[in-house]
Amino acid sequence: MSTAYGNDLPAVIRGEEAYRAARRQKRAQALLGGLILLACLLAAAWVSEAHPATLWAGLPRIGEYFARILPDLRWHALFAGSETEGSIAFWFYRLPEWALLILETANMAALATLLGSAAALVLAFPAARNIAPSPLAFHLARRSLEALRTVPEIVYALIFVWAFGVGPLAGILAIALHSAGANGKLFAEAIENADLKAWEGVQSAGGSWLHACRFAVLPQVLPNIISYLLLRFEVNIRSASVIGFVGAGGIGEELYKVISFNYYEEISAIVMLIILTVACVDLLSERLRHAAIGRLEAAR
Amino acid sequence: MLEIDGLTRRFGDRTAVNGVSLRIPAGQMVGVIGRSGAGKSTMLRMVNRLTDPSDGRIRFEGTDVTALRGRALRDWRMRCAMIFQQFNLVQRLDVLTNVLVGRLNRRPVMTSLLRMFTAEERAMALAALDRFDLAETALQRADTLSGGQQQRVAIARAMLQEPRIILADEPIASLDPRNSRIVMESLRGVNREGITVLVNLHDLATARDYCDRIVALNAGRLVFDGPPEHLTAQRIREVYGVSEEEFAEEAAIAVGATPRHAAIAA
Repeated sequence: MSTAYGNDLPAVIRGEEAYRAARRQKRAQALLGGLILLACLLAAAWVSEAHPATLWAGLPRIGEYFARILPDLRWHALFAGSETEGSIAFWFYRLPEWALLILETANMAALATLLGSAAALVLAFPAARNIAPSPLAFHLARRSLEALRTVPEIVYALIFVWAFGVGPLAGILAIALHSAGANGKLFAEAIENADLKAWEGVQSAGGSWLHACRFAVLPQVLPNIISYLLLRFEVNIRSASVIGFVGAGGIGEELYKVISFNYYEEISAIVMLIILTVACVDLLSERLRHAAIGRLEAAR
Repeated sequence: MLEIDGLTRRFGDRTAVNGVSLRIPAGQMVGVIGRSGAGKSTMLRMVNRLTDPSDGRIRFEGTDVTALRGRALRDWRMRCAMIFQQFNLVQRLDVLTNVLVGRLNRRPVMTSLLRMFTAEERAMALAALDRFDLAETALQRADTLSGGQQQRVAIARAMLQEPRIILADEPIASLDPRNSRIVMESLRGVNREGITVLVNLHDLATARDYCDRIVALNAGRLVFDGPPEHLTAQRIREVYGVSEEEFAEEAAIAVGATPRHAAIAA
C-alpha cells in the first residue's frame, strides 16, 4: 500500500518534513501574533478605562433606557386617532412637523453631497499621483483633502453655527467640507486606477492638462464617481440627522431637545423615523447607483 | 525639414536612444525598424515630446522643439500628430468626439471643456471619418469598434490636428494582415498629401513596401539609413547578426504580433 502511494520515496519524505516544518513555523508565528494583539488590546482597554466591570454594571441600564423610551402601545387602540392613548398616531402625534424636519435633513444631505463632491472632483485631479501636474500641486491637494476629512463634521458645524447662526446652512457647509475631503480621496484613487493610454492620446494631440482630465480621465472614472457620490449621500443622511445637536439644522435639533427634556416616547418615535428614512434612502440610492452605472455602461 | 541631432535618452543607467542624428525632408515617409528595446518608440516619443530627451536637439524648420514649454509645446504636439500601437482612444467616448480631440488645442478652454465644437469642426471630423469608411460609426462608443477601425479613428484624429508630421508608433502591430494593409495604405495616402510620416515597424516587408526610406536602430544607435532597396538580407545580417527571417520573428514576438510567414502557414 505504502509503495502504491510512493510515500517511502526520499522526495516524498523530504517534502513531508519540509511541509510540517513550514506548518509549525506558521502556527508559531500566528500564535505569537495573536498574543501580541491580545496584549495590545488589553493595554488599550486599560488606558481608555474600558473596564469589564463598568461594562457589566452599565449594561442593564441601557436596557432600562430602552424600556423607558418604548411607546406604550395598546392592542385594542393601535389604529385609533391621535387623541387616544396607546395608538400609533398618539406615539407619532407630531408626525407632520417631524416629516418636514426629516425632509429638511435629506435636503441638507443632498446639497452637502453635491457641493462637497464638486469640490472633491476639482481637488481629485491634482491629488491623483499618476496625473498630478507637479509635486507641489499633488501635495497641496492631498494635504488639503486630508485636512478637510480629518476634522469631524460636528466641529465644522460648531464653527459655522457660530459664524452663520443656528440653522441648516451651517450644517450643509459642515457636511459639505467633510464630504469634499472624504470623496476627494476616493475620486483620486479612482483616477489613479484609470488607464493612461487615452491620456497620452489627448496630450500627444496638443491637448492641455485640463483637456486630458476632461476627455481622457473623466469619462473613465464617471461611473465610479457617481457610485461614490450616492454612497456619500447615504452617509450624509446619517450625519445630517445628528448635526442638529449643535444647532446646525435638521431633525437632530428636535432629537436633542426631546432627549434633554426626557420626552421618552418621542425619542423612540424620532429614532424610528430616522431609521426608516435611512433605510429608504439606502434602498433607493442602491437602485439609483446600479441604474446610473448600467446606463453609463450601456451608453454606446 | 525635421532635424534630429545627437538625440539621447537615458533611463537610469540604460541608454534607450544613443546619439541619433537624422535629417528628414518634408513629405518623406520614413520607416523606423529595429528589435524590441532598440529605442524606436523612445525616439518617436521624444519627437512629440511625450518623453523628454536627456541630450541632443530636435529642430523643425529652425524652431528648437526640445526647448518648447507650455502653450508652444502643445502647439508643436498639434503639428506633429502621434498614432499609437494601442490606438489610445478614449474608449468610453463616441467616435466623433474622439476625432474632435484633434481640435482641442485650437479651441478656447471653457468651450472645449464643455465639449462644444463648431459645425465646421464636426463637418471636418465627419469628412475625415468618411474618408476612412467610418462615418456610420460616428456616434458609437470607441470601444465598440474593431482594432483596425480604432486605428483609423486615430488617424482621423491625427488629420484633424492638420499636422505637418505624423508619428506612428507600431500602428499595425496589434492588427490582422487585412487591417494592417488598410492602415498602412491610409498612412501612405496621407503622406502623399505632403505630410511627413515617421512610422515604427516591426515588419521589414511592410517597411519596404510602403516607405521611401528606412532607418534602422540597434541598441539605441542608428545602424542603417537609406532607401529600402539598400537594406538587403546581407545588410541585415551585418547590422543585426541574424537572418531576415529570424529578425522578423523576433520583432513580431516582441510587439505581440503574429509573424508574417507564420500567419501565412496557419
